[in-house]
Amino acid sequence: MSMLLAFLAQTLRIAVPYLFAAAGGVLAERSGIISLTLEGFMLGGAFSAMLGSYYSGSPWIGAICGIAGGLALGMLHAVATIRYKADQVVSGIAINLLAVGLTRYFLKLVFDSSSNSPRVPGFSAATSSTALVSGLVHNPLIPLGLLIVPAVAWLLYRTPFGLRVRAVGEHPEAAVTLGISVRRVRYAAVALSGALAALGGAYLSLDQHQFTDGMSAGRGFIALAAIIFGRWDPMRAGLACLFFAAAETLQIQLQGMQAIPSQFVQMIPYVLTIIALVGVVGRAIPPAALGRE
Amino acid sequence: MSDASATAASVSDGAPAPMRTRLDRLLEAVLPPLVALLVSIVAGDLLILAVGQSPGAVYRLMLEGTWGNAYGFGQVLYKTTTLVCTGLAVAVGLRAGLFNIGAEGQLAAGGLGAALAGLALPASTSGLVAVPLCTIAAMCAGGAVGFVPGVLRAKWGAHEVITTIMLNFIVLALLSWMLSTGLRVPETLHTQAVHAGALPRLSAWWSGFHGSAANGSIAIVLFAALLADVYLFRTRGGFELRAVGLQPDASENAGIDVGRTWIRALTISGALAGLGGINFVLGYEHYYEEGFATGAGFLGIAVALVGRSNPFGVVLAALFFATLSQGGLAINALVPKQMVDALQGVVILAMAASVPEVRRLLASTRRSVR
Repeated sequence: MSMLLAFLAQTLRIAVPYLFAAAGGVLAERSGIISLTLEGFMLGGAFSAMLGSYYSGSPWIGAICGIAGGLALGMLHAVATIRYKADQVVSGIAINLLAVGLTRYFLKLVFDSSSNSPRVPGFSAATSSTALVSGLVHNPLIPLGLLIVPAVAWLLYRTPFGLRVRAVGEHPEAAVTLGISVRRVRYAAVALSGALAALGGAYLSLDQHQFTDGMSAGRGFIALAAIIFGRWDPMRAGLACLFFAAAETLQIQLQGMQAIPSQFVQMIPYVLTIIALVGVVGRAIPPAALGRE
Repeated sequence: MSDASATAASVSDGAPAPMRTRLDRLLEAVLPPLVALLVSIVAGDLLILAVGQSPGAVYRLMLEGTWGNAYGFGQVLYKTTTLVCTGLAVAVGLRAGLFNIGAEGQLAAGGLGAALAGLALPASTSGLVAVPLCTIAAMCAGGAVGFVPGVLRAKWGAHEVITTIMLNFIVLALLSWMLSTGLRVPETLHTQAVHAGALPRLSAWWSGFHGSAANGSIAIVLFAALLADVYLFRTRGGFELRAVGLQPDASENAGIDVGRTWIRALTISGALAGLGGINFVLGYEHYYEEGFATGAGFLGIAVALVGRSNPFGVVLAALFFATLSQGGLAINALVPKQMVDALQGVVILAMAASVPEVRRLLASTRRSVR
């Protein structure tokens, strides 16, 4: 029983960054903007959260700085794709590489290191089987991460803003005739996706009390796969995130065993992502205006 | 992501608009890279000023360390060689409307392929036999890695951007495992020395290059760029590939098997990235080492975009990014070399934003002239 509880607790902790990123990504994708940028938002968020926490001594301020970092990258992506009509995939790749480059540059500049930051104040991480309970107390980002997915579902399906996001993502021309500003809705959706994914990144660095180079490690892409697997529905995407997190937890448990080479264990989340993408074909219908101007 | 292939095509090549003159097309090809260059210089200025250095001094140092002396230039040529390969890989994908973000893993696989072939051959094998064999092995290994996302896309519709990125992680782990099964020299991350198929350094012909890693593989790679150009623009297969990139639905109606073309494009793309492995393995260190390819695959994206997915443009763009990358080392004392990593993102973003903008501006001037 305690083993199961430990497994669940660890799954939740691993799921949090995915949940934030997927919640943000769903919003942007439903508005018609491809979310290949989640990886960069997360990395940027992780770095700026660490920086904020380092200078202020407060992980709370760190988390806010993380959001600001994600917002900045999000606006960059929004301006490129909405104002300048840049190809969304190319811009996404650029944002990701930019996040890698900028975090490396400032890591070197501020801390004279090419691998990691010093230890910074973070939210305390509990690893025991009681993490489920104590984590809720100590790390506010965990309960927030669990709530964010239903919150985004509510935003998307129960509010005027959500209706506009969906309208703009399915049929922008029709939305225009209703007096909706396609640009403004998309700017808001992309900015929100930047802020949310960055919070997921902030969780990573504040949980580990430091930033390490490339610490998002593909999580943004896995979150995007979870969105596709969840057919662009927040709740289903959230469930997919939990599934990926459970697989990763299993991977960590397997790593202790010598029977399987560690390299194969490391592949598990990435292989699962591909399998998930292959599995949804024909059933996954993206928002009609996704990727179009 | 349903329209990603169509949008990819618009990046790799202009949409066929009527009334486009030769000059228009030239401007449309050349202006965006110039805009991107300007934007990246401004971004570079800001990053340099952030450290409190003078941009002029830093750029001068960058030029002196690259084109200013034979050793630096040799290093630029060495880096250009790898980047031409990964740039061509991304370019061929873009021409088919596909984003190959997996050049990183394909390049590494190519390196191990070349090393394994070299190790399997007796050390005394003539270079005339060994070099082609090792080169083919590198291309096969890279091509095999590229084949997988092609099939995943063609048969199951799994988007290649995600699958190629995931495959990077998978392939690098797989290569690391293969290396750990007894291939590597204990206490290191590299294989035994490869004797068969070694390519001479350029310094063997001209001593000015002494110490630099530039080697004979540059000739092979430039020849590959020429072949890629011929393939893309002078053969039926290349025509089909480009047609699919511009209009997959119309191509399907015209009797082209779109799925097979995607698989072929990504396999060729992977093979070209894999070819880059010979630069390090046959030309430079003469062994495969884990991590030798880090960053070159992603830089290939910038190279292909700035080179407008044209093989000759790719060679020029590779030269530019190799200069930037080597220049980063030259300025490291003043400004962290990681600046180059950031500029790479800036260049791609500026390219992506300026391509449609330039096209719109040209179209509006056309209208106002008439």
